[in-house]
Amino acid sequence: MRIHIAKGRLLDPASGLDATGDLWIAEGRILAVRTPPPGFTPDLVIDASERLVCPGFIDLCARFREPGFRHKATIASESGAAAGAGITTVCCPPDTNPVIDSPAVVELIHQRAEQSRKVRLLPIGALTHGLAGERLAEMYSLVQSGCVGVSNGSRPIRNTEVLRRAFEYAESHGIRVFFCPENADLRNDGVMHEGAVSTRLGLPAIPEAAETVALAEAILLIELTGARVHFGRISSARSLALIAEAKRSGLPVTADTGICHLHLTDADVNDYNANCHLIPPLRDARDREALRRAVAEGVLDAVCSDHQPHDADAKMAPFGETESGASTLETLFPLLLDLVDQGALDLRTAIARLTIRPAEILGLPAGRLAAGAPADVAIIDLRREWTLTEVTIRSAGKNSPFLGRRLKGWIDHTLLEGRTVHTLV
Amino acid sequence: MLNPGGNIQLDGEGRLRHFLTTDGLDRRILIEILDHAESFAVVGDRPVKKVPLLRGKTIVNLFFEASTRTRTTFEIAAKRLSADVQSLSVNLSSTTKGESLRDTLQTMEAMHCDMFVIRHSGSGAAHFIARLVAPHVSIINGGDGRNAHPTQALLDMFTIRQHKPDFAALRVAIVGDITHSRVARSDIYALNTLGVREIRVVGPKTLIPAGIESLGVKVYTEMESGLRGVDVIIMLRLQRERMRSALLPSEQEYFRCYGLTEERLRLAREDVMVMHPGPINRGIEIDSRVADGERSVILQQVSNGIAIRMAVMALIAGAGRGRA
Repeated sequence: MRIHIAKGRLLDPASGLDATGDLWIAEGRILAVRTPPPGFTPDLVIDASERLVCPGFIDLCARFREPGFRHKATIASESGAAAGAGITTVCCPPDTNPVIDSPAVVELIHQRAEQSRKVRLLPIGALTHGLAGERLAEMYSLVQSGCVGVSNGSRPIRNTEVLRRAFEYAESHGIRVFFCPENADLRNDGVMHEGAVSTRLGLPAIPEAAETVALAEAILLIELTGARVHFGRISSARSLALIAEAKRSGLPVTADTGICHLHLTDADVNDYNANCHLIPPLRDARDREALRRAVAEGVLDAVCSDHQPHDADAKMAPFGETESGASTLETLFPLLLDLVDQGALDLRTAIARLTIRPAEILGLPAGRLAAGAPADVAIIDLRREWTLTEVTIRSAGKNSPFLGRRLKGWIDHTLLEGRTVHTLV
Repeated sequence: MLNPGGNIQLDGEGRLRHFLTTDGLDRRILIEILDHAESFAVVGDRPVKKVPLLRGKTIVNLFFEASTRTRTTFEIAAKRLSADVQSLSVNLSSTTKGESLRDTLQTMEAMHCDMFVIRHSGSGAAHFIARLVAPHVSIINGGDGRNAHPTQALLDMFTIRQHKPDFAALRVAIVGDITHSRVARSDIYALNTLGVREIRVVGPKTLIPAGIESLGVKVYTEMESGLRGVDVIIMLRLQRERMRSALLPSEQEYFRCYGLTEERLRLAREDVMVMHPGPINRGIEIDSRVADGERSVILQQVSNGIAIRMAVMALIAGAGRGRA
């Protein structure tokens, strides 16, 4: 399929391009940007006037629930939702059932993804066998079979010696570790951020130190081992200071936060709203401001959805007994755009956090509008507004904290390697 | 200002529909409950201990957590109002908690019950259920996790008012495990709404939750200074598992630091009231001589619990008639 995208506002943070122009696509790749290739006859012309044309988004963490949790969502259902949200690459953490700790599970995920072909699904393999935090997983084999890195998901590793060896072993094979810092003992039985709100609601609380202590430990082990580590789902201001310091001292670390943490605080848990039951927990307004600043300034390299679709029953219980996580794929870009509208960051930076920076972290050629790059493209109507409801959410998980919210940033088209995987003009 | 349950508890005309928490309930409602309880308090002294207010109504006590005294006082209160009452202790071990809670409730609702008294170990459980039930059904919170125990708070207020009617003059100390106490939280909201002069919470930092000052209390980690000059002391029960979870070294040391002894009692005002939601741990949080002494109103609290629960049920049933 040869596609000509005409008269769009081309925004490519990788090259600094931000200008009206055309894009030509052939054989799954971008053929030319702004300068027409000689003798090009398109099979399809997409009129992108008044539209933003940018690289398809790369989501560093979304759970598609397969294998093991098909009652919540499937690779098919969530691939469609991702495509509809302009997301063309998704990393899925290993905490499926069975865990992604053997090449067979990677193979299964690839097969399912191949059936829907709506998104590039990159599994992250297990760091420890069964994520139990005791024995190393077969990291090399996992990466050979297609994993983009290794992680213990959101399961903390209590044994520091195991963590050290896991970092060392990963580094021996040049494998990137994706790490969510959480100290299991300090987390204890907590279900929300420790502060005035948890005290008022009488909910078991998670201190900020549950994150910072684990993060500081990991940073010291990175100094020791030289492991390349991406810190995921950072939630607190104090953690950002630690990450900024680690970066200044030249350690090979990068970091992201989830989109919810850029918008919500512990005050949103008020009235026991189970859709605001997130791990790491929503922290206070000061943390949220610091996270926004860190996204703007680059202490946080990426923003991910941290998408966790749930069945309705998972949230039908008293707050502490509900499962944590929110369905967020489809609010990833609109809510980042909202921060642009609020003046918290500029559009180019926002797009960079969803495209070129995560592409660099993953070592992918995607995430840019450059000749030769995979033709992953999102075409967006920045002005069109709609209301998020359980009906407009395409994901099987309707558990969004943002139901009823007006959103902007409508995805008209999504192309994955030059194929239209979503169109809704 | 946070206000969990503030709206869901009232019907369209601002009358009590559910009773979930004292947080966010205004003074008018609290006083109304106390005044109603006043009139019900005498029912227990009559030879025929019944009034026909709730005849034909069905009340179910749904207890997902062990309790004898709270459940018993709710049962007696319902019977004195002539309601049909059924108590159910639901064993949680066999099934997922959330499903069990919701399914049990819906089953009961299908039997056309009018009012549920819920006790559950999850904070917010009563709010969760109140949002699910049909419009003609009311929920009374009999204690949910660490969140709220509003009838206990109201019976505490009632007992205080019997002895010291001018709330504005009072200094109140709440002593013990504040973190895990729904009684402490519900008392703090009620005392603040009724306008007491000062609320102190007294205990080691391991038992005082973060940001408690934002609820309008002063924190004391030393017992002596915490008790000095107070009019009311509310002692909290210390659960044994606090010793296992690294919050306290031993019962002996706790008693040594925070146990209410006759000697410490002398630091408070001469006419101080000693309260305890029960059941008491003698020799752990309170010396027997104080528990049984002349400043103790612990048994009055128990009898007042019946009048308060009658008042709450009657008020809610009244609001129910308005809706029908």
